[in-house]
Amino acid sequence: MTVEFTADTVHGLAPSDLVREDRVAGRMYTDPQLFELEMTRIYERTWVWVAHESELPKAGSFKSTYVGRQPVIVVKDRKGTVNTLLNRCRHRGASLCEQRTGHANGFTCPYHAWSYGLDGKLRGIPYPDGYEGVLEKSELSLRKLRTESYGGMVFATFADGIEPLADFLGDVKLWIDRFMKQGGGYPVKVLGTHQFRFHGNWKIQLENTTDGYHFPIVHRSWMASVDAETADMMSFMTDPAAITHDLGNGHSVMQMVPEHSDLDVDDGTEPLQARFATLVTELKSAGLDDAAVRKLVRAVHGTGFNLNLFPNVSMSNSFLRVLRPISANETLIEHIAVGPEGPAEIVDPVNRERLRIHEHFQGPFGFGTPDDAEGWDRVQRGAQAAPEMPVLVNRGLARESAGPEGWPTSHVTDETGMRAAYNQWKQMMSDG
Amino acid sequence: MNTAGTELTDSRVIRAVQLVWHEADLLDHKRYEPWQDLYSEDAYYVVPIDPETEDFPNTLNMVYDDARMRQMRVARMTEGYAIAAVDSARTVRTVSRFVVENVTDDEVTLRSAQVLVAYKRGRHDLWAGEVTHRIRLSDDGDRIALKVVRLVDSEDAVPAAGFLL
Repeated sequence: MTVEFTADTVHGLAPSDLVREDRVAGRMYTDPQLFELEMTRIYERTWVWVAHESELPKAGSFKSTYVGRQPVIVVKDRKGTVNTLLNRCRHRGASLCEQRTGHANGFTCPYHAWSYGLDGKLRGIPYPDGYEGVLEKSELSLRKLRTESYGGMVFATFADGIEPLADFLGDVKLWIDRFMKQGGGYPVKVLGTHQFRFHGNWKIQLENTTDGYHFPIVHRSWMASVDAETADMMSFMTDPAAITHDLGNGHSVMQMVPEHSDLDVDDGTEPLQARFATLVTELKSAGLDDAAVRKLVRAVHGTGFNLNLFPNVSMSNSFLRVLRPISANETLIEHIAVGPEGPAEIVDPVNRERLRIHEHFQGPFGFGTPDDAEGWDRVQRGAQAAPEMPVLVNRGLARESAGPEGWPTSHVTDETGMRAAYNQWKQMMSDG
Repeated sequence: MNTAGTELTDSRVIRAVQLVWHEADLLDHKRYEPWQDLYSEDAYYVVPIDPETEDFPNTLNMVYDDARMRQMRVARMTEGYAIAAVDSARTVRTVSRFVVENVTDDEVTLRSAQVLVAYKRGRHDLWAGEVTHRIRLSDDGDRIALKVVRLVDSEDAVPAAGFLL
């Protein structure tokens, strides 16, 4: 049964009734109670991205981050296993680690010096005599989240009973493999992270990474500032080959530059961009042959797609976009720059180009991000009006059809990816 | 010549401080074209993320502008396409607590504290940072050769900005 949203009914509707095929209720951005439900029914019941393996290069390497609103430490132990540990002492609840990244032999609580190993096991308690007969150390390990990875992408979940990560990703795995080809023959590593906040709901950002429609409007300022070749590369609005696929489980991929979707496919006819002439010279003088230079330089802009994973990470052209919900009205975003890892004389010049390209668009002072953030702030402000009024996600619905792989497919400017994400939201929010 | 302890009344230092205050005034009033002219052609304007690094080219920064990027940035801030700049926060900044790092007849390096309040749509955001200016003195006009703004929260999330620090 389809339930209309009205001013009388919208606040009483079950979450699942707020999502329809072509629209969602504005209340989904603004209702703090819905936000609370999302934190448990979505963020504590599915795979949430926490790290890239390059952030944890050796035993003891750690990163502190969040799964939903819950603080965690992601750490590699001495066996090489990546553990995701709740950042909370088992004694009185203090946070154990307030450093964003680093290297440690273990974690010691600053309050009473309870100490834990890299695997989360409680190792030591000062003045243990008071605990005789009342405490069993083996029962007081840090809470460990189930942690699995694919293609270097590390995910964690509070839900022990859900499907394995590989099943949750499904056809996404093919696209993760393709994303990682931008190493140009080398593994991919994290180069640095931009972080910013906006005053809006996390789903506004989730939608945006699969929103080809906004690009030439919101990013006109960026388009006006780049070289003609780069502007032409991003001119996908009327390109019929630029398409978006619903990959299932809320995931989707938006192919803006389809000729760069699989960087291994190269017939040699595409000229390298003139802006990289100096880089080409540097790489040749580092001893690389023409084919190796071409492979690296052609990948400098990243892949030609945004792979949007439900609920919190996107592999977007040349970087990772990670969102963290703070409240119904506030979201924190990371834009993580990536590049090849290898000999300095080869990867450093490549990564300098990649860093400059990343800075040009991304981050709190980029030529793209602040305009995106302004758009999202405006959505949140506008959505306060008439929470029953629908937010439309119907673009391209009549021209969407199953592609050869079986993926629902439509033009890159269509809202296929948003519909995919909201279907998953609806399903997860319906499960009591 | 290292001149730790140089008096702030040194005429070379006064010229540098005047330029820093002039820059702050231009930025608060969003007069980006004259602001750009305060920089030498080889100057860099940097807002790093890593609080320790001096190796800006090999590091991810919030801003790492040479003359070409500065010129594009000024175009972005003034041409009317960038919705963040068109509807940007109003800002007021104080630059003070000057420390003279180095003085010669050609160049002055100043360290200072900058506190900026940005107001937009009912919200005041606070941007605090330590600033370094390297200023080249010349009879043709003093110019900024390097400006580095190290925000106290550079490694944390800051708002996306429609103005310049």
